[in-house]
Amino acid sequence: MIANGAEDEEKWLAAGIAGLQQNAFYMHRALDSNNLRDALKYSAQMLSELRTSKLSPHKYYELYMRAFDELRKLEMFFKEETRRGCSVIDLYELVQHAGNILPRLYLLCTVGSVYIKSKEAPAKDVLKDLVEMCRGIQHPVRGLFLRSYLSQVSRDKLPDIGSEYEGDADTVVDAVEFVLQNFTEMNKLWVRMQYQGPAREKEKREKERSELRDLVGKNLHVLGQIEGVDLDMYKDSVLPRVLEQVVNCKDELAQFYLMDCIIQVFPDEYHLQTLDVLLGACPQLQPSVDIKTVLSQLMERLANYAASSSEVLPEFLQVEAFSKLSNAIGKVIEAQPDMPIMGVVTLYSSLLKFTLHVHPDRLDYADQVLGACVKKLSGKGKIEDNKATKQIVALLSAPLEKYNDIVTALKLSNYPRVMEFLDNATNKVMATVIIQSIMKNRTQISTIDKVEALFELIKGLIKDLDGTFDDEIDEDDFKEEQNSVARLIQMLYNDDLEEMFKIISTVRKHILTGGSKRLIFTVPPLVFSSLKLVRQLQGQEENPFGDEESTTPKKIFQLLNQTIEALSNVPAPELALRLYLQCAEAANDCELEPVAYEFFTQAYILYEEEISDSKAQVTAIHLIIGTLQRMQVFGVENRDTLTHKATGYSAKLLKKPDQCRAVYACSHLFWVCDQENLKDGERVLICLKRALRIANAAQQMSSATRGSTGSVTLFVEILNKYLYFFEKGNAQITSSSIQSLIELITTEMQSDSTTPDPATNAFFASTLRYIQFQKQKGGAVGEKYEPIKA
Amino acid sequence: MNFIVGAFKPPCIVSISFADGRTRKQVPLKKENGHTVMVPLFQSQENIVGEVLIEPIHGKKLEHTGVKIELLGQIVRELDVPGELYEKKTYPFEFSTVEMPYESYNGVNVRLRYILKVTISRNYVSNIVEHQDFVVQNYTPLPSINNSIKMEVGIEDCLHIEFEYNKSKYHLKDVILGKIYFLLVRIKIKNMELEIRRRESTGSGPNTYVETETLAKFELMDGGPVRGESIPVRLFLSPYELTPTYRNINNKFSVKYYLNLVLVDEEDRRYFKQQEITVYRLET
Repeated sequence: MIANGAEDEEKWLAAGIAGLQQNAFYMHRALDSNNLRDALKYSAQMLSELRTSKLSPHKYYELYMRAFDELRKLEMFFKEETRRGCSVIDLYELVQHAGNILPRLYLLCTVGSVYIKSKEAPAKDVLKDLVEMCRGIQHPVRGLFLRSYLSQVSRDKLPDIGSEYEGDADTVVDAVEFVLQNFTEMNKLWVRMQYQGPAREKEKREKERSELRDLVGKNLHVLGQIEGVDLDMYKDSVLPRVLEQVVNCKDELAQFYLMDCIIQVFPDEYHLQTLDVLLGACPQLQPSVDIKTVLSQLMERLANYAASSSEVLPEFLQVEAFSKLSNAIGKVIEAQPDMPIMGVVTLYSSLLKFTLHVHPDRLDYADQVLGACVKKLSGKGKIEDNKATKQIVALLSAPLEKYNDIVTALKLSNYPRVMEFLDNATNKVMATVIIQSIMKNRTQISTIDKVEALFELIKGLIKDLDGTFDDEIDEDDFKEEQNSVARLIQMLYNDDLEEMFKIISTVRKHILTGGSKRLIFTVPPLVFSSLKLVRQLQGQEENPFGDEESTTPKKIFQLLNQTIEALSNVPAPELALRLYLQCAEAANDCELEPVAYEFFTQAYILYEEEISDSKAQVTAIHLIIGTLQRMQVFGVENRDTLTHKATGYSAKLLKKPDQCRAVYACSHLFWVCDQENLKDGERVLICLKRALRIANAAQQMSSATRGSTGSVTLFVEILNKYLYFFEKGNAQITSSSIQSLIELITTEMQSDSTTPDPATNAFFASTLRYIQFQKQKGGAVGEKYEPIKA
Repeated sequence: MNFIVGAFKPPCIVSISFADGRTRKQVPLKKENGHTVMVPLFQSQENIVGEVLIEPIHGKKLEHTGVKIELLGQIVRELDVPGELYEKKTYPFEFSTVEMPYESYNGVNVRLRYILKVTISRNYVSNIVEHQDFVVQNYTPLPSINNSIKMEVGIEDCLHIEFEYNKSKYHLKDVILGKIYFLLVRIKIKNMELEIRRRESTGSGPNTYVETETLAKFELMDGGPVRGESIPVRLFLSPYELTPTYRNINNKFSVKYYLNLVLVDEEDRRYFKQQEITVYRLET
């Protein structure tokens, strides 16, 4: 059915073109022989093809263009006729003898063009006559094309300023009047098109109309180009007249298109000076008109205009552009109760961009916009509509992009209130955007107020929001988010230590609400941030203000203790253990023995109660040993307790090699080089011997179970420990004991049952080389090594 | 052969010429046989002056009982007493200030002609007769009163229009200006045209014949207007072959002109309103 329709249309078009060409042929013959009578007859017949009602606008256009070309030739002929002595006035009458109106008016416009050029009558009179006579075509499509033809042929003949057709007085007014009238009539025809034909083809018609819109809009372009339309004239007549037509036509398509046209065609300066009028029209448009796009365009243009030159800025202030736009938006939203939320937000988003560009110094304006938006959204709950959400994100991103500084945005009290309307997922995205902005611009967030505000903004990341289910969240996304929060925590910094402490407390307060999944990401940066503060406090005079309330390392450590404790509930004992040890070390540096002891205690408790995986245990024990070794703050008793425990843990590790390594590592706990009171050679030796025993047992166990001996690596490692303490002057370690250890290793390596291990061999070989090297050094060291035979 | 041919040929050539024949305006006249000839144009009260030339066929004797010329139906002039003609002879004639109040008219059922008729009367054989048509047109001064035609018409709840023609009396080269204003449109109008119709009535009483011809169909509007539209009218009369309005010519006939405004809807129904206009001949 539809295909047939299209086919038929092709046929009709072909027939129309054929008829047109045939008559054009006879017309050409008449033109060639200067036969005016025949020329008129055949041209009228040719133009009769345009009387068809069977073609869609698209196809009709094709036919029209052919006729248009032919009419150019006819116009040339008319011009020559007048040169040959035929009066143009007679010609003007003659063409009006045609019985059919459409050909008659096309011919009239064509002669009219020649008439104006001849200057035998004022251009304005001819134009006025033409535009009046064209009223005879009330058929929308035919009328639109005819008037479009009129507009086309008159384009270069308007009596505007500087034109050769300029008349005596008020000549621009005439030109404007002509274009306005043609515009008005064309728009009426265009709108009327919608109501012609059956209702079921409404959509098709709408599409066809859309194709024709530029015919109407062209008039506005012409208006925009008329020389001499100054601001006053634009304000007093052009704009009101155009708007009157736009408002009165009550047609959605036309109103949207024409408003857009007005905005695009006339200079920004005019828009600025006529904002009242232009904006006043907006609430009067049909409720279905996509006014948000129109206004957005306007604001965007004005913003660009403001950006173009600083000289124009006073104009914006003078006309109070912001408050006018703001009012207008409010009214439009009221006038269009069915406007989707997306539209509302888009409007505010555009207004915000406008004010950010035009009044970057007026943060209160930006906040007003956000506030107005909140007001309009209130009661709507979380916004579910995807597009609306996108717009809210755009709205919220605008200040970030403009200022590149979240601090500015934090001053916007309504900012978080707008964020409330985002659904949880988008809220998080927005929060991430904010964090990224901070990272990118290395923004320093340095006061507690800002931190509070910031955490309010990103609370979607900080804690579970209502209605979020774990299974909705992608693991990787979650990690990504939390990592960015972790980075953010590092960015919060103030040189003022008091303030910094407050910041830390605030952050702590917020992150502790985050639940177990988040703590493992957020606690470490907080801990390190705090430790950094501790070190800074250390650098200062003790208690600089003598104030009880002031920040002390002790206070911070208390806080840290509680913070890390939260981690153990997660549970994340390994992480908590590391952090305890870090704190202990910091406390050591502050010479706070009880604090450090407490941290160790916590770490030990975790080790004993929570860390059950053997691998984790190994890692933990080495961390403990390493940290403990560096602790200088402990008195003998405390230290003994802690080292005793540590060695005990070491010996209880599951695997023999692990036991062995932990035990020989413990030897360092009894020998701290720069502390004379911490050099207990005997206990070092006990540790090493114990390690040897374990290594031996390990060796036997592995040969028992696997049928071949394990590696002798452990022995070589212990040998190295021996060498270390030997060199450090531990009298308990003698050259003979080293010698016997070397022999033991050599024997083991040569044993048949041992599977050769290249790594171990190399290790042993380089150890021996080291001994050789030390010997050759000579002096005290060389002497010391002398007895050892490698 | 010649003898036989000669026997049927008229024995002489009769021709009528006008004294100012070379300068007088000529107008076309359609004859009964359909051919158009150019004939001189006169108006009332003019002198009709000329000559009749009678030329016998080479030396033949033409006997006659008298020669006369008549302006048909009205005036007779004796040109010659009975006698014989041997060679060509010219008879001047003159009808002075002839009253010709009616214009020549060539209608459907009626023709008004002016003819000069020369008769050479003969005994025993038929008279020799020659005709010469001429045309009379009379001019009317500009009418002192010439009101516009303005009227509101309509069909209730369907269509209301108001039309206005700038005058009620138009001369033959005049232009009708006006506008059609649509007050109410509830039908789908396809187009609108203005017709010029001529109504010729002949006879009287029960024997009256009325003949109506549409002389012009002039499209005023293409497509359907909405309420409030006003459509201009500009119709040049010169292309159409109009005559002045003739009212009761000698109790024989009358010719009247009407403007017929026709609206056609999409179902090809026609809505029309006819208004008489007076057409007159203005001296140019």
